[in-house]
Amino acid sequence: MSKVGWLRLVVIVGAVGALEVACRAGWINHRVVIPPSEMADALVQLLISGKFNEQIARSFGLVIAAIIIAVVAGFIVGVIIHALPRVRQALDPFFATYYAVPIFIFYPVMIPIFGLSVIPILLMGVLTAIVAMIISTLNGLDRVPRVLTKVARVHRMGRISTALRLKLPAAAPHLFTGVKLAVSYGFIGVIASEFILAPAGLGRVISDAYSDFDNRSMYALMLLLVVVATLANTLLHLFDQRWAERRGAGKS
Amino acid sequence: MTADASDRRVHASLISVTRVYPATAGTQPVHALGPIDLELKRGEFFAVVGPSGCGKSTLLEVLAGLQPATEGMVAFEGRPVAGEVPDGIGVVFQEDASFPWLTVRDNAAFGLRRNGTDESEVRRRVDDTLAFMGLKDFATAYPAQLSGGMRQRVCIARTLVLQPRLILLDEPFGALDAQTRLLMGDEVLRLWRQTGATILLITHALDEAAMLSDRIGAMSARPGRFLDIVETGWARERDSTIVSEAHFGEITGRLWDNLRGESMKSLGYAGMYAAAE
Repeated sequence: MSKVGWLRLVVIVGAVGALEVACRAGWINHRVVIPPSEMADALVQLLISGKFNEQIARSFGLVIAAIIIAVVAGFIVGVIIHALPRVRQALDPFFATYYAVPIFIFYPVMIPIFGLSVIPILLMGVLTAIVAMIISTLNGLDRVPRVLTKVARVHRMGRISTALRLKLPAAAPHLFTGVKLAVSYGFIGVIASEFILAPAGLGRVISDAYSDFDNRSMYALMLLLVVVATLANTLLHLFDQRWAERRGAGKS
Repeated sequence: MTADASDRRVHASLISVTRVYPATAGTQPVHALGPIDLELKRGEFFAVVGPSGCGKSTLLEVLAGLQPATEGMVAFEGRPVAGEVPDGIGVVFQEDASFPWLTVRDNAAFGLRRNGTDESEVRRRVDDTLAFMGLKDFATAYPAQLSGGMRQRVCIARTLVLQPRLILLDEPFGALDAQTRLLMGDEVLRLWRQTGATILLITHALDEAAMLSDRIGAMSARPGRFLDIVETGWARERDSTIVSEAHFGEITGRLWDNLRGESMKSLGYAGMYAAAE
């Protein structure tokens, strides 16, 4: 591991250790925060008991579905908008301000339309993530060197072949940034929606545990979310780093 | 100058070619090139020099079929060039056009694989070309792991592997330092001799043109026209050591005589130049 990696580990271990000490020493009220070791123990017990397995599967399933839909649809929409400069000009201000609007305010609108099903949650996850993917696709396609289009013409490549064999790989680093953002936003969109109104799911269970003063369940599930989200992002980051090194972007 | 398709020595030709970029929102039409005539003889090394913005690259792109001529006729091997780059023409651009997601080997093999060439034939031709370009030891490297000069060699390899009969080089060494450019010039001369291809080189460097070419076209400021065609008279077997010969100085001197005023015009010094005259 690099020096920076070790430093990062020291910071995380130090923070968790400090919280552990503060909770054990009684500096933080046990009814407010339980020690990290107890969170981990509660999580293990909870997973073994299988009490919330259905909720966990439902939420992570929705997160994965929202991410896949946002990435695929965001990419396709991005490609279409990129090919239509006037449409893009018209939409650019919306994209620029999209994340300034708290999109969750629309959740109650979706309930009368779709009912208390998984669809509003999935839609919230998709809507939260898709614009990041559209913007990344547009950025990626903007940065495809113009000379590649000439190279494609020298090789007498058609539009589809040029798009798939040259533009897509050339734009790939930016598209991957979109994927990383979509993963983060997908988690936020789905879990936060479950918090608000959903009848089931991890967000709902955490919310219920909070209302019932069931700190062990609440912190255990929060820990689960943090671990899974961190793991997903770490894997994506590692993949991105290796890829960037190979393509030279990692060179100083 | 006339083009005669029946003349087997004429490999490519431009007859009264002009290129005018149409007006876009807020801009006037730009008359970039011509009318211009040019006959490239089979197997010759022709360089085009001229001030910035004079239409050198436009000339190359029109000849390659990357841009349409507004007027006039472009022909390659007796057939009109229109709409697409004809088979047998290879182009190397100034910008780094290597594919960063592919290894050097896969970069070189790109065109052959696209053509559906048998994989054993791809391997053989790519191996030969990489060896020829001095890239054999870097076959598994990615472009980002190479210097600018090496990346340009990858682009040349990707062009050469298709065995083009006419190679168009658009300032391929423009981004390289002077010493590397001289060495790359030697390599281009070597590939020119060994492949027997016709080469059209666009360059802003008079010394590069004087060293590499059989003939050099000096272009006027926009709209680009040929002011002079200089025959260098070099032997086919030549290398960068000719830069120390007196004749080399004569060629660059003649080119500069032609281009000095045009370069000043293109920089907006026309009035000053007239006063100095």
